Amino acid sequence: MANQTQDSSMKLKLILAWGFVGIPLAWGVVQTIENAMKLFQ
Amino acid sequence: MSFLDRSHTIAEPGFSRWLVPPAALCIHLCIGQAYAFSVFNLPMTKLIGITASAPNDWKLTDLGWIFSIAIVVLGLSAAFLGRWVEEGGPRRAMFTAACCFGGGFLVSAAGVYAHNLWIVYLGYGLLGGIGLGLGYISPVSTLIKWFPDRPGMATGMAIMGFGGAAFIASPLSVWLMAKFSTPTHVGVAETFIVLGCVYFVFMMVGAAIVRVPAPGWKPEGYTAPVVAQRLITKNDVFVYDAIKTPQFWLIWWVLCLNVTAGIGVLGQASAMSQEMFPGHVTAIAAAGFVGLLSLFNMIGRFFWASTSDIIGRKSTYFCFFAIGTVLYCLVPWTGSIGSVALFVLCFVVIMSMYGGGFATVPAYLKDMFGTRYVGAIHGWLITAWSAAGIFGPVLVNYIRQYQIDHGVPKAQAYNTTMYIMAGLLVVGFICNFMIKAVSERYHMKANDARAAATA
Repeated sequence: MANQTQDSSMKLKLILAWGFVGIPLAWGVVQTIENAMKLFQ
Repeated sequence: MSFLDRSHTIAEPGFSRWLVPPAALCIHLCIGQAYAFSVFNLPMTKLIGITASAPNDWKLTDLGWIFSIAIVVLGLSAAFLGRWVEEGGPRRAMFTAACCFGGGFLVSAAGVYAHNLWIVYLGYGLLGGIGLGLGYISPVSTLIKWFPDRPGMATGMAIMGFGGAAFIASPLSVWLMAKFSTPTHVGVAETFIVLGCVYFVFMMVGAAIVRVPAPGWKPEGYTAPVVAQRLITKNDVFVYDAIKTPQFWLIWWVLCLNVTAGIGVLGQASAMSQEMFPGHVTAIAAAGFVGLLSLFNMIGRFFWASTSDIIGRKSTYFCFFAIGTVLYCLVPWTGSIGSVALFVLCFVVIMSMYGGGFATVPAYLKDMFGTRYVGAIHGWLITAWSAAGIFGPVLVNYIRQYQIDHGVPKAQAYNTTMYIMAGLLVVGFICNFMIKAVSERYHMKANDARAAATA
């Protein structure tokens, strides 16, 4: 039971940590791709 | 401040090693902002004149020194503080990097407010540069220790963040300056304050998350290769012994030549695409081309570093130099047939290998010199980047100007440069070929007093 709680707490930490860095990075990549598309217009 | 100590960052049982890459990304996604610093250059030439430069406004040439100082200080601080980073642990280094990088923005804001360029040099250039150097190397050895099975992929993830940081910093800075600007005021100082605070908090999150593995920890199911591999040592080399080895200097040249070839092109990509394809590539399309190069610079960091875990570091660099040489030789031909698509294809692959060179090198050092001082040795190697930052743009700019002065049409002015870049990559190929295993006399002994600090 204690192990399960620890596992789910670690999963939550992983989601939060990756979201914390992944969301801004994804936003920046989308902005860049939008600008890069102008090369092919 | 004992929570910063290495002993307070040892992972508790049940800790997932996959929390360490986001900790490293928290640092690299901030310090990589340096690539986007140029967005402030033009606004900082209009701090007094607002709509146009006034006679007392700062000149663009003077502002260029801010970035140059930061990059030089990055190299020096990574080299001279590498051992301190290694022995003090990642949290202390990340915390110091956050204070320096965030503080550098705040000092620069004061410089902008007082309209004193020396304060900006001191702020972003010196203080920010120290933050850049410490931040760049701080997660390297920790990641390698957590991922002994995939060291290339692990460091590739962090260094990918450095390449991708400009994607966030550039639009964010432009948006903040627009928010803070008024008809009588350019919002640079306020933008610096906000960025300094945001980056400090973001980097502190990384410092809080990071952990070092407990002594003797291994990934589940992982067994270190029993059969010795010629270019992967099981021994450690002390940082100041490593820089005495020919292997270190060969890798230094490998990195320097790979970066020189890429960095010169990256800086001139916009002008080059417009001049090689006049009438076909507009200024807006050229900006898109630069964005695309940055994107592949970032993707290449993860892709090539991960690939190096499978094919080996030496083979990965052989790929960079062999494929790069062929592609640089093809660029003039793409111009002569007027194929923008092939031109873009050549450069996105070149840029992926430019980024890949940065991201694969920590694992290369780990293979050659062991894990114990890999961060500090990497710090010394960063000086190759500083040197390439001077060689690359100078080569591209001066050769182009020389060609134009001698009557070569602008569309063909880059041809010689491309062949010279290809030549540099051939030299890099030879340097990489000459790399052999480090002599046993450099290996640290079990009773080495220098080993105690980070054991």
